[in-house]
Parts: sequence; structure tokens; C-alpha cells
Amino acid sequence: MRIACPLCGERDSREFSYKGAALALGYPSEEAGFEAWDDYLHKRDNPAGPTRELWYHGSGCTAWLVVTRNTMTHEILSVELAEDAPESAQENTQGANA
Amino acid sequence: MRIAGKGLINRAKPVSFQFDGTTYQGFEGDTLASALLANGVKLVARSFKYHRPRGVLTAGSEEPNALVTVGHGGSQDPNVRATTQEIYEGLDARSQNRWPSLAHDVMAVNDLAAPFLGAGFYYKTFMWPKAFWEKLYEPIIRCAAGLGAISGEPITDKFERAYAHCDVLVVGSGPAGLMAALTAGEAGADVILTEEDSLLGGRLLSENGQIDGMPARDWANATAIKLNAMSNVRVMARTTVTGAYDGGTYGALERVGHHCEMSDGLPKECFWRIVAKRTVLAAGAIERPVAFQNNDRPGIMMASAVRAYVNRWNVAPGKSVAVFGNNDSAHDTAADLLAAGVHVCALIDSRPDATTTLDVPFYAGAQVSGSEGRKELEAITISRASGIDKVQADCLAMSGGWNPTLHLACHMSGRPDWREDIAAFVPKPGMVPGLIAAGACNGAFSTAACLGEGAGAALAALEAIGLKAKMPKLPASEDRDYSISPLWAVAGKGRAWLDFQNDVTVKDVKQAAVENFRSVEHMKRYTTQGMATDQGKNSNVQALAVLADATGRGIPETGTTTYRPPFTPVAIAAMAAGAEDKGFAPERFTTSHRLTVKAGAPLIEAGLWYRPSFFPLKGETHWRQSCDREVGYVREAVGVADVSTLGKIDIKGRDAAAFLDFLYTNMFSSLKVGRVRYGLMLREDGHVMDDGTTARLADDHFVMTTTTAAAGQVMQHMELVSQGMKRGMDVRFTSVTEHWAQFAVAGPKARELLNGLLDAPIDGESWPFMACGDISIGGVKGRLFRISFSGEHAYEVALPARYGESLFATLRARAEALGGGVYGMEALNVLRIEKGFITHAEIHGRVTAFDVGMQGMMSKKKDFMGKGAASRPGLLEDDREQLVGFKPTGVVKQLTAGAHLYNDGAEPVRANDQGYLTSVAFSPTMGTFLGLGFLRGGRARHGETVKMVDHVRGIETTCEVCHPVFLDPNGERARD
Repeated sequence: MRIACPLCGERDSREFSYKGAALALGYPSEEAGFEAWDDYLHKRDNPAGPTRELWYHGSGCTAWLVVTRNTMTHEILSVELAEDAPESAQENTQGANA
Repeated sequence: MRIAGKGLINRAKPVSFQFDGTTYQGFEGDTLASALLANGVKLVARSFKYHRPRGVLTAGSEEPNALVTVGHGGSQDPNVRATTQEIYEGLDARSQNRWPSLAHDVMAVNDLAAPFLGAGFYYKTFMWPKAFWEKLYEPIIRCAAGLGAISGEPITDKFERAYAHCDVLVVGSGPAGLMAALTAGEAGADVILTEEDSLLGGRLLSENGQIDGMPARDWANATAIKLNAMSNVRVMARTTVTGAYDGGTYGALERVGHHCEMSDGLPKECFWRIVAKRTVLAAGAIERPVAFQNNDRPGIMMASAVRAYVNRWNVAPGKSVAVFGNNDSAHDTAADLLAAGVHVCALIDSRPDATTTLDVPFYAGAQVSGSEGRKELEAITISRASGIDKVQADCLAMSGGWNPTLHLACHMSGRPDWREDIAAFVPKPGMVPGLIAAGACNGAFSTAACLGEGAGAALAALEAIGLKAKMPKLPASEDRDYSISPLWAVAGKGRAWLDFQNDVTVKDVKQAAVENFRSVEHMKRYTTQGMATDQGKNSNVQALAVLADATGRGIPETGTTTYRPPFTPVAIAAMAAGAEDKGFAPERFTTSHRLTVKAGAPLIEAGLWYRPSFFPLKGETHWRQSCDREVGYVREAVGVADVSTLGKIDIKGRDAAAFLDFLYTNMFSSLKVGRVRYGLMLREDGHVMDDGTTARLADDHFVMTTTTAAAGQVMQHMELVSQGMKRGMDVRFTSVTEHWAQFAVAGPKARELLNGLLDAPIDGESWPFMACGDISIGGVKGRLFRISFSGEHAYEVALPARYGESLFATLRARAEALGGGVYGMEALNVLRIEKGFITHAEIHGRVTAFDVGMQGMMSKKKDFMGKGAASRPGLLEDDREQLVGFKPTGVVKQLTAGAHLYNDGAEPVRANDQGYLTSVAFSPTMGTFLGLGFLRGGRARHGETVKMVDHVRGIETTCEVCHPVFLDPNGERARD
């Protein structure tokens, strides 16, 4: 698998490590409440299709990336820097459908 | 038998080799298979299950029968295909799966028991008693059935891994591949052309046709020379592309040293990862056998293989050859045999309307329905409407048609299309993104069509990557329709083989269907059809056709099994080359490493680092003696230890303090410049990630330490927080772990030691506990931190790493002069356990700040990473397992880490579990074992007695629960 890092260009997947769904970016406030924390920490969609996930370019520029990937074909639909990516779950879903 | 002819062997260079202890002669250019056939050796193997005599079936990597073992000891390779193994002087090959010899194999008795050994036999017969499977049945079956064996000795061959990138990867160098590589190469693209064989040309090397007015193999050779001369084309012979992966990545196995003595210093194999913008798959096609009774005898071969042996290697595989087919390939074979002067005793074509102009006994609308002979074919039975004929023959060339070699195109879960006109599966475009199939692997079987498709595929690839090219003028070549009438299995009694390698017959597949294993994937697993080294390249399509027939479905509805990498077997040694031993876990050494080793200190791994366990002195016979002595240095005089392996992260920026406030549970913005603070870091889920000290060197400049093991994880975590969760903060961080050599100087005489060394002496007023700042030693600028992991008056002194070794030597000498010395990890561990300081033995990923008694460090004034999650219900309950200390009180005065805790009197079973010990040490300071661990509701249970049971080591004792800080609970020594 190859990921096109916006800073470094296309690189082999072994330069990256995977964290999980990109909704990790939407860190809830301390008052967010049990439900919000449960969603944030544990509830994950398991889509057959596009999904947004976090990858870390640890053997490259150390950028965190939001990679939109189709779980059926492994096709990578887009790669953006985490610092430019939408934070909230709502926006994430829209991003995935776009 | 060798015959005259202009093949591709070098008759001027004879080569001698051994097979099963007998020395034979072949020529340079021979494979083991061609050389054995030239010597009249037909029996080369025994089959997997029935131990049937077997001969060479094919002339390629799809060979199911002729598997041999090559080499000895650490260089022994089992299951080498004789059809791809080139001979060299001294090659020593042995047959497999037979005892005592290939000609007299006692396990051939299995063949007589065949009626009882059909599909599913194991599953039905060895069901019970249950315990017998593992102890009795399986070992016996494994012993009787099988392929070659490894020697069991450590591998002595060299293997390599390599990486390549290109614009266009061309897989296969037949007419389609050569034309594709030529077209792409001439357009200026970076091209890699891979060929499994030692020579370029594919089927052209084995056929008699003409291209561009010259023999096809000459055209192939001329094109190969052209390609080799192009600087933008890399030609890789003896290289099989074994798998297609995401993003245009391909795995390829180059057999670098299999064709020569291994003493040449070459690696045996090299595993390549090739990344290609576009790929032209020109892998050709594999001819398929026809199933008929006893179609597995030595001497029965693929027609294409017979042509290859005759044309390329000038070997007649028999004196009297019969040819049987359902397509025109059979006629080509008969023609080539006649041209080479080999007697053709019969040409049998199953198509009733077939005709021939060849001067051979011709049987149209007939089928071969049986064979005779044991270790060698002697006769065949020909059935046709008018009756049965028996014909003497010592070789039968058979052709059931051609299967495109579409495996790579299917490696990403694509399902191929069935084409009725050629009775074969072909790849669908786009099954592997960026891969274009051309030529025979795409169902185009004439040379002209292959050349055209090769050029066309190259053009499509070039256009996709933005290179301009025109359709080249194609060389003139044979262009003929391919005509086939499907024939999978000849009707009749007896066993008709589909999968030669696994001894799967037509009857087995039908039996699977009867027992309702109707899915092709179920049938495969029930019968073992298509498993082992050839992965059914010769047989899968026929087997599924038989299954389709038995279940009353069409072939497209039945479908194929899943194609998976690798296309041909790949040694794990090749894929793992360079990653074994130290290549798997590179070593990180501290600046004091050389002196540490010189001092005879045993090393212990900490992540990739190597640290000293203890520094033994002469006369010490047990590690505890050294450890106790080193603990004494720190408690009574001064000890020195290398702590450079702790992660060091330099943090700068206007928002550095605010960033640390979010990262740590406690406050850092309130930390004064020139002071150090201990910090606790949580994960998003509220559990402890790591701890360590952070020093404030300036308003906007901090240096953080992490534990040795978690340095990388913490860095990654900080990047995520700053890039993803708390964006826009003005903060940057850099790992400086290896920039600094840092040593702990600990003990009552620590300041005395330093004051003899520092350019400017320090005192308690200017350097109180938890102070930090710049110092210099001999004019070299460094840093000093008054922090303590031992509870003693202690410092950590840091100089740039290049001064590390001399600083270590100096500190050691000065410590020794003061009645102290260096100490290792064992002493460090004892010192911190005495003080109840935690490490990752305690913060092992499942504990909260509350559990380790640090709930007070969770600031109420600010939000921080993990705060919300840490306050979830269940994480703050009083009955959680909490950190406490333990002292043994029973008869056994020993504690063991990992032991579990039970209430006194309770049975030591899981349901009664009260907690566990995480760290233990014998404290020479207090003269007893001490333990740290987690006990249910432990903080309220100080003074209680609990039972410790180590089920693994069989140790049981009672211990007293106490506060985890055993020594100097008010921390007066460190502040002294």
C-alpha cells in the first residue's frame, strides 16, 4: 500500500503507522458527558466503503494524516494533513461521502 | 534421449550432475528435467498420497510432479521443481517422499488401499478416539504423506531484499512482453522487464514459428539484445513476479544463485518490492491436462512440454510418442516431433471434425481412455465410437487447451470472466488498478495477436503516465484462430487424475459434490484440490469444470477459487532477508557502552537499548552480591549510572507551557524557570501513558524526559495532540535523546563529587531539590538537574553525547575515590522500589492515576488529555485495584513479581483474586524483600495480611500490606 503524504510525496505504507478512525481528532471537552466519551473512545463505524482514518508518518516528516480509504478496494481517495482536516464526527462523515 | 537439432543448449559445454546418487551428464542450458529426460530417466518422483510413480509433466514453474531436494544441511532446498532448476557442475538433486528408494517405495502400498483413501478419508476415519488424532493419527499420516523436508539446520545461504521503482513493469517476456517492453523502452519510459526463465522469449523459445522472417527464438534473442542495450530498461531474468499488492506494488523473487554453486558468494534469492506506475501483465498461458484413467504415469506429459523438450533442449521424451488433444496444439506437437525425427505412433483429436495433413496414424473424434505401465508408460487405450484400440507408446503428449496465466490480475480479489470460445477464464480490465493484461494471459493465443496486444498495452500504459508514443510497426508472424472443443475428463472407470500434486481424482471431486461440498471453495478444502506448491496451476479449471458438471451448473456460475500470492513458492528467508536477529531489532548503545562491556557488566535489553544489569567485582559469585553493594554506594556514598536512554524531548514555543498543561495532568505553566517538575501523562481514554520530569530552561523552552520504553510513543502522542487536537499552538518539539549523554550522580556525597568536577561549584541554596540549569565541565557546556530516582540527594548531569564516554570514566573514578562507584539496572530497580517510585511495570496500560495513588496530581483548574475519560463511572471506585506495598511475613520470606494475591484463608482461585505483584526486590537497606503491586481497595487495607500465590513458580507466602513508599516517606534525604 502507498500513501501520498502531502509533505513528502508518495511513500510505502511501512513508513506510516495506523491509529484508527479520524474521529479521534474531535477530542471532547471534559464536561462532554459519558455518552460523548463513550462515542469518542469506543464506538466505531465499520463501513464497507470509504472510511477516514489517522496515519502517522513516523519514518518521514512526523505529520499526522487523515487518509480517506475505501475498505472494499483499498483505494486511497484522499490524504490531508490532520491539522487541515475537519475535527468533528459530523464533518468527518460529510468528508467521507464527498 | 538427446536428438540432433538447433536447440538452446551448448553442446560444447557438458555438465555433470547427480540425481539420487547417480552421476549424469547434460549440457549448459539444460534444466534438471531436460537433462534427466535426455538420460532416459522418466521416474523422478512419488506422488503425495498414493506414492504413485511420477515423471516430468511440464517444462515450467507449474510443475506438480518433478519436485526434488537440492543441496545439503543449511543449504538444503526441498520441493525444487526439476523443470526450472538449471543444471550446473556438481548439482546434487534427490527425489522425495519415498523409502527406501524411488524405484522401490514401500509406501506405494497406499495405492492399493486407494478405494479407502478418497476425499474426506481423514475426516471420516480418524474422528475418534479424539485424543488419538494429535498423538497417533496425525504423526503417522504426516510421515506417510508429504513433499520434501528441510534439514532442520540453521540456514547458511545468503538472502537479500531489494526495492525498485519504474514507470512500466512488464511481467513476462514472451512475444507480448517483449513487444510491450520494446514499445515502452523506445518511448523513454523507465521499464522493468521480468522473466521467470533464464532466457527471454517465453514460448517463442520452445516453438518452431517465424517472426519478422526469422526463427521466433532468434527474434526473441535480437529483441533481448536491443532491450539490454537501453539504459532505461532493466531486464530481470530468473525473476518471478509473485504478487500484486495495493498502490502498484509488486513482490518479485529473483533466483540469483540457484543455477550455480553457492560458494560463489551470491545470495541464493533476492526478494524485490517493485513499485510501478503501470504494469503490463504478459504472463502467457499454461496448458492443461485431460483427465483419463491412469493419466499420471511417467511418460505422460503436456504437449507444450514435449515441444519444449524437443525444440529447446533437443530431447525426445520417448521413442514412440502418441499425441492427444482437443485443440490445434496437439497437431503442432505432432508436426514438431516429426520434424525432429521422432516417431509419432498416434495423433488423437477429440474433435470429430478434425483433419490433418500429417503423415501419422490419425484418430479424429477419439479419446485416450487409459494407460498401461507402472514406472513408465507402455501403452495407451484409444476409445472411439467404432471401438477400442490399444497402441504401444512410451510417451503421450496431451493438450486439454490453455489457461491464461491471470493469477496476478486476480490477487486483489478480482473474479475473472469465462470465455466460452476459448473455454478459459480471462482477466477483466481493472481487477488490479494500473495493470493491463496482454497476449496469452488475456486469451490472445496467436503470436501476431500477442505482439499486437503487447504493443497496445504499452501504449495504454505510456498514455496513462503522460508519455507520447506511436503504435510501432509489428513484425510479421503467425496469426491463426485457436480452435478448441472442451474436454475435461474422459468418461470411464478407474482413477483419472486432476491434481497430480495432491492426488485428487475426478472421483474425489464428484464425491465432494455428492456430500454437498458444492461451493468450489468447499470442494477445494474437502479434496485438497489446488493446494501445495503448484497451487493447482495445472488442475483448478478442470476440477471446477468437473464440479460444475456434477452439480448441474455452468462453469461461470461455479466460479474459481480465490487466487492469492505468491504465484510460485517464496522462501520466508527471502522475504525476511536482513530482518533476522539484529536486523529485526537493531541495537542502540549508550556512550558508556564500551566501558560498560569492558567492566564485564552483563547487559539487559531496554527496548532497543542495552543497559548494564550490574557491575561485578572480583570475587562476587552472585548478581545479588553486586546489586546489594551498588545499592549501598547510593545509600551511603555516591553512585553513578547512565540514564541517557530515557527519552528527551526539547519543547519550544510561545505556547509551550500551555501545551504541557494540556499534555500533563498537573500544571506546568506555574513552573518557574530553573526548576523541574514530575508530570503524569494520560492517554485519551484516561489511563496512564507515561511519567517523567520536565525542566523549564526558559519561559518558552522546556526539556521533557520520558521513560526509555515509551519515548517513541510519547513523541507520536505529542504530535497528534499538537497537530490534531490542540491545533494552532505555537509549539515545536524535537527528540534530543541521542544528543545528550546523561548520568545520575546519586548519594549523600553527590554534591561533593560534582564540586570537584564542575567549573563553578554548587551549593544547596543555589541548587535546591528540583533545580536545573546550565553548568560547564572543563569548559564544555552542559546541563544539571537536581532530581532523584533513588530518593537520595541526587543529580543528573548532561553533556553533549560526544563527551559521554570521558564523562562516565571521570564520574566513575571520582565516585570510587569517595567510596562509591557505578551501578546498574538491578540496583536502580531496588532503589526505586524502596522509594515506591513507579515504572512501566506499574503503569502497564490498564491503570489510572487514581489506581497509582496520583489522583491528587489531576488538576481541577484546567482540562487535560484524558481528564474527561478518567472521570467516567467505574474508574474512581474505592474497590479498584490500587497501588500498595508488600512485605513478606510468612515462613517463606520471598516475593515474586506476577504472583497473585488472595485474602487470608481464601482458596487461591481466579474468582477470589484480590490483585497481583508488579515489582519485587530484596532491599539490602531494610534487610527484607519488598514488593509493589495492586490490591483491591488496597489504600484502605494497609496493615492487613494477604496471601501471595505464585502459581507458575509454586511459591506461596503471606505478606503485610503497607504504604508503597518504604524508605524516607517524607523525602528528606533528597532535599538534604
